[in-house]
Amino acid sequence: MASGRTLKLAATGTAAGLFSGLFGAGGGVVIVPLLVLWLGYDERRATGTSLAAIVVIALFATVAQGTYGNVDYGKGLLVGIPAVAGALLGTWIQQRVRTETIGLLFALLLVAVSADLVLR
Amino acid sequence: MILAVVLGATAGVVSGLLGVGGGILFVPALTLVLGLSQVRAEATSLLAIVPVALAGAWRQNRYGNVDPHDGAIIGGLSAAGVLAGVALANVVPQRALQLAFAALMLVVATRLLRRFFRARSAAPDA
Repeated sequence: MASGRTLKLAATGTAAGLFSGLFGAGGGVVIVPLLVLWLGYDERRATGTSLAAIVVIALFATVAQGTYGNVDYGKGLLVGIPAVAGALLGTWIQQRVRTETIGLLFALLLVAVSADLVLR
Repeated sequence: MILAVVLGATAGVVSGLLGVGGGILFVPALTLVLGLSQVRAEATSLLAIVPVALAGAWRQNRYGNVDPHDGAIIGGLSAAGVLAGVALANVVPQRALQLAFAALMLVVATRLLRRFFRARSAAPDA
């Protein structure tokens, strides 16, 4: 019943969750490239769909971490609330840049993420 | 405090622009500026990601850039991956995992760059 496409989506979700569980990140750095390079998404649609998936992932993970008492709600909201304004601006900007520019910026983000992983 | 707000807002811009959660900026803001431990910062970063991703997904949906069906499959299946990731983190040395993922990210970055230059040479009007 499950098509090859559905299996690819399932593998993408599992890989994103794996990365989240290992490194405490949302998983977008895994989801966006897999959607673009493996599932034929264009960059804009990949980032939009990634954000929708991240809502679910981050909710699961926050509840899980919250039960261990690791979440500082006050400080989380202190950075999270201004970030909402940033996200509205970021999505607005994204509609005004060329699709391939998003891919270029994403490649730079991946370089930054790997530097962050190595320097931890 | 102001620096934390600025870093938070910047994380939001990166999130909306590139479709990621923004943890790469939330975690340093929470450790270096607000004094949380790495473990608490990573957990708290996930809380901050929820409203950010929600706002970004809402806007992108209005722009017609969200496939809700695919997003639900990826998000739903990620729960299994999270459990596997936590289990793996307890078996394999953290340093080996970090270096392996860093190398993988660089490979993916190279592929995205190649795609960028192909698109540029296909439409050289920019």
